[in-house]
Parts: sequence; structure tokens; C-alpha cells
Amino acid sequence: MVVNCQQVWKEISNYIEGDVDAGLRVAMDEHFGTCTRCKSLLEGTRNVVQLYGDERMIEVPTGFGRRLERRLAQGARVRRSNWSTWSAWLVPVAALALITGGLRWANSLTVPHPLQSEHAQPGRNIPPDMVVVVSAGAKDFHVPGCDVIHNKDKIRTLTAKEAIREGYVPCVRCMRKYLQIASISPASSEPVAELSANVEAEDRARTR
Amino acid sequence: MNVVLSNPEQGTTREQHLIAQVQRGQAELFYELVRPYERRVYAAALAILRNEADAEDVAQEAMLKALANIRQFRAEARFSTWLIQITVNEALMRRRRERTRMTEAIDDHRDDEGEYTPRDFADWREIPSEALERKEVRQKLAEALASLDRKYREVFVLRDMEQLNIQETAEALGISVASVKTRLLRARLMLRDLLAGGWEQGWFSRLPFEKGTKPW
Repeated sequence: MVVNCQQVWKEISNYIEGDVDAGLRVAMDEHFGTCTRCKSLLEGTRNVVQLYGDERMIEVPTGFGRRLERRLAQGARVRRSNWSTWSAWLVPVAALALITGGLRWANSLTVPHPLQSEHAQPGRNIPPDMVVVVSAGAKDFHVPGCDVIHNKDKIRTLTAKEAIREGYVPCVRCMRKYLQIASISPASSEPVAELSANVEAEDRARTR
Repeated sequence: MNVVLSNPEQGTTREQHLIAQVQRGQAELFYELVRPYERRVYAAALAILRNEADAEDVAQEAMLKALANIRQFRAEARFSTWLIQITVNEALMRRRRERTRMTEAIDDHRDDEGEYTPRDFADWREIPSEALERKEVRQKLAEALASLDRKYREVFVLRDMEQLNIQETAEALGISVASVKTRLLRARLMLRDLLAGGWEQGWFSRLPFEKGTKPW
């Protein structure tokens, strides 16, 4: 197979893409070996692709990132408030359902959120309005300023009640006093007591 | 490629992790997820709208749309491609709206059937990518791109700057694969011609340069 210059010009972009069949590729390679004009065209075209493909070719207006971040933050807030409008509408409906269906049926609706960590105890005696922080990718909630917060630069502040509802579990360091109280509470379940007992055992070992 | 991730696999895993978190409702992490692509999103919008203010607005709108539809994103697609497709769609819609308002001429969707003959065969020395550090070089390249007809510019930007593949480019613009190939060929050859001409006019005169003789 032999190709002339016109055929090469027609296929040069596909050649760069690797989108020509083997026969044509060989013929074009042979042509580039003998035709300096087409070889120059190939190199120039490749250079164009390489230059424009460089990230530095994309320039954004000054402050673009900052404005985008702000608008996305607004968007995220709107999404949350839309959700609260919807949930506000849901409350009377749920209340109505409670009255008509009776307490038993209503109780069956409150499915507890699964804990994000299965090896932890729920924080039952933590004041619900206590301000706590959670961080991206972690499963625990903490007292603000706790030493063992992972991803400290990505923390979110919320109330203990919300954190528990979202499935976060109390940090065994900064929330320890609440966990110990939980273990002696008559309402606490067996695994909680067992875990708390372990924590106490650890304490004893440390004081020794 | 001059910008190389130190560990691309780690980058992807981190991205997947962020996507999962945003899909679970942590909308505040979305900016962190899209930040690596904000420039590309803007460039895609600009290629279609040719107006910086509109491009920025559409880029923001597209990101908000992506946030609102994040649950529809499926892991088998590349996140960057998904984001750019949403942006192209937003930009095309914006342009259509503007056109209707301004009752401008209908777009010419025909591809030029005639063969393109390269104008200049000057053996221009390869422009090294280091030249892109210089603002005037970037400016000249941007001007050359802006001078292309819309249909060539859009295809070229999506394929060669946004790194979408041929099929993705065709889908984003709603044209056939054959059209993408034809337009891409033309765009690349025209840009080469424009830049080769510029070379001789001294655009890159501050680069090390030896005057060569034409090879024919």
C-alpha cells in the first residue's frame, strides 16, 4: 500500500489518535520517512496537540475558585434548607399518623440509624444539645478540641443528638465520663456494660 | 503531560471516597471534589460561550447541577468526564436561549466536505512546552484558538484540551463520531497553520531560534 501527500493530510489526525489500521499506518510511516513536508506537518500537528493539552493553557479569571466555592456553599445550604422545609411539612403528617395509627405503629417507624462503628457503645447519657464535632471520614464525635480528632481541618460542628442520629459514636477519650455513666445506668444494655467494664479495666491497669 | 499526580491511584481512591461522602449528603465536601477540575470546566464553558462572564456563570451552574445530581453518578464513568458533559450541556442550553432571544442566525452544522490543504509547510521548530510559562505565548495560542470557527473550536477543546475521547466528544456535542474526526483534523491543521505563520512573524522570537531553510 502506497499513500500520497493528500491521503496523508486527510488521515494525519487519525494517525495521531492511533485510529488507523495497521496497513495504513505502515504506509504512512513509509511516507513520513521520505516526504519532509508531510513529516514537518506531522510534527507541527503533534506539537499543537501537545501544547494545547497542557494544563497551563487553561487560564481562569482571578478569584474564580473563591467565587465558585462560595456559590457551592450557598447551594449546599439551599439543599439543606429545602430538606428542612420538606421535613417541616412532614412533621404534622407524622403527628397525624401517630394519632390515627397509635403509638405502637408510630414506634415501628423510628428505625434507629445503624452505628457507623459496630465496636462502640451509644452515648445515651450525653446531653443532647452538647456541641460536638465530627470529621470527614471518621466515625466518632468529639468534644471540640479533643486530641484524637482525625482530619482536624475537615471538621463539622453539630449537636450530640444530631451526631448520634447520623450514626456517629462517642469518642472513648473525650466522652469517657458519659460512657462510664452509661454503664451504670439501669437502662444500659449488656454489651454497653461489658465495653464500659473493659474501659474501666484499662484504667485500672494504667493506674497500676 | 507536564502535570503529573504523585500517585494517580491514590488520587482516584481519594476521589471515590469523596464522591461516596457527598452522595451520602456531605455537600460541604463537594468543592474539594471538583476543585481539581474547575479549570477544565471553565475552559469547556468558555469554548462554547466565548464570553468570560457567561462561562464562569455556566461553570458554577453546571457544578451546582452536578451536586444536585451526584447520586446519579455511576462509578464506571470518569468523574471529570461526567462533570464536563454536564457543563457542555449547560453551555449549549445557555447559548440556545441567548440565540433565541437575539434571533441570531442558525448554526451551520454542515461539515466542510472539501479537503483541507495545509497552507504552510515551514519546518517550524517544535515550540517547547516550557514556552507556555510565558504569558504572551499562551495569549497567542489562545487567540489562534479563538479565531477558529465555533464548530472546530468546540471539538478541539473537548478532545485535545479536556481530554474527552472521540466518542465522548460526539455525545457531549450531539454530533456524529465521523463529524468529530473531520472537525478535529481541520482544527488541528488550521491551528498548526496559524502558529506556523506566527512563528515566522516572530511570536516566539525570544526562543532559541535558528533560521532554517525550507526543505523543498
